[in-house]
Amino acid sequence: MNNQKLHEQFLQSLRKEKKWVRFYQILILIAFFGLWELASHLRWIDPLIFSSPTKVINLLIDKISDGSILAHISYTLFETVLGFILGTLVGTILAAILWWSPFLSKVLDPYLVILNSMPKVALGPILIVAMGPGMSSIITMGAIISVIISTIVIYTSFRNMDANYLKVLQTFNATRYQMFKEAILPSSFPTIISTLKVNVGLSWVGVIVGEFLVSSKGLGYLIIYGFQIFNFNLVLMSLLIIAVFATIMYQLVELLERKLIKSE
Amino acid sequence: MTFLTVSNVHHTYFSKEAASSALQDINLTIDKGEFVSFIGPSGCGKTTLLSIIAGLFKPTSGTVKIENKSVFGNKNLSIGYMLQQDYLFPWKTIEENITLGLKLLNDEKKSYENVASSLLRDVGLPPVEKKYPRELSGGMRQRVALARTLAVDPKILLLDEPFSALDYQSKLKLEDLVSNKLKEYGKTAILVTHDLGEAIAMSDRIILFSARPGRVHQIFDVPEELKVLTPFEARAHPVYSSLFQIIWKELESLE
Repeated sequence: MNNQKLHEQFLQSLRKEKKWVRFYQILILIAFFGLWELASHLRWIDPLIFSSPTKVINLLIDKISDGSILAHISYTLFETVLGFILGTLVGTILAAILWWSPFLSKVLDPYLVILNSMPKVALGPILIVAMGPGMSSIITMGAIISVIISTIVIYTSFRNMDANYLKVLQTFNATRYQMFKEAILPSSFPTIISTLKVNVGLSWVGVIVGEFLVSSKGLGYLIIYGFQIFNFNLVLMSLLIIAVFATIMYQLVELLERKLIKSE
Repeated sequence: MTFLTVSNVHHTYFSKEAASSALQDINLTIDKGEFVSFIGPSGCGKTTLLSIIAGLFKPTSGTVKIENKSVFGNKNLSIGYMLQQDYLFPWKTIEENITLGLKLLNDEKKSYENVASSLLRDVGLPPVEKKYPRELSGGMRQRVALARTLAVDPKILLLDEPFSALDYQSKLKLEDLVSNKLKEYGKTAILVTHDLGEAIAMSDRIILFSARPGRVHQIFDVPEELKVLTPFEARAHPVYSSLFQIIWKELESLE
């Protein structure tokens, strides 16, 4: 009985802590927007450049009611999600190929390092000329920015598999493909998930830069357009939308993590 | 009734610095149903020899044959290998872990539900098929590893210090269990161990290796009166202590 009571107290203190964490999180949010509004209103900051929450929200409501923003959002979102899935998928496949052939991985090692340290967005102009100023070149940008680092990280995790697990499979006469399927790949799921988390951010960078360059549609286009006509309300509104959707994507990856990794 | 023949096995490890000879002139025969232990100081190549017998890699020279067929690259040969830790796959349920070998060796699509539950009973575990390895204690997990090994009905069991990571009580219980199961199924087994007492309690024959390079130093036959006892009972027998003393002195002289 006493134990139960102590446990109850423990749970209560946990709940209490969680409540306070939430409280401060919301407080920071309110303080940020409140201070921003106040600073803009009292001209501590230049409202022409830094805008204000009310202006941004009003603009957003306008854009939603005339329906023009939805096309931009779905365009960018589609590119980002595709770029991010493609980047991770191709990265995993490349990592698998490297694992398959240790010789190839030795040969390619310096090239991976060079490709990884290169600023991939600099390839943007070439991509756009080669693939045309459309969606495909922007998606490629979103993917290319994350693919090499994904390859390196996932390949390292493939190689770090405890050799004794493979020994067990070897005594069951497992083929290399079976070893990959039964041991290497599932043991790397946690790493693949954490690359997914990193890639959420990276592919947004790739896609937005791609839209800067192509300048026809999407949130990146709105940002560059807002900059050109000196409408910073538009820039900040786009940024806010990006923040919201990046968060949602991250949460979805976390949901996937909980589904996929049962053993933790 | 020779079951396993190791003839003229040499093995050399190569590194950038040097080539070091791990095994030299190994000649052994093991009969069907026999339980043999490999002991010796560290660096005597006993684990290397076990891996070669398992067909995990080819020796630099020499051959290992089971029932007159070479073990290396023999896809029809099933070998049971138990390691120091259980190496159960943490993302698979106990059932999936136990039936893993069956699926890899036979048919991946088939379901082996009954096999898992009867093996669990066999190794003295409650029905934990649907649990994950992390939910089990160390001793229980090693029992599951034994079940996984027995599931494929291996011709020979290779035990690479499978009890060394366990607490003493679990270790004694598992020794009895393994010894029992091997006798029951008439399996041939080789045990690599650091624990001389364990070797005496469990084996029919003990092969002592000397180190650098690994060679067979001496072979001890365990007296009949110990062989018939379970490992736990054997430890209490007077012959056990005298044999322990004899082998211990030999071991000391090697180090």
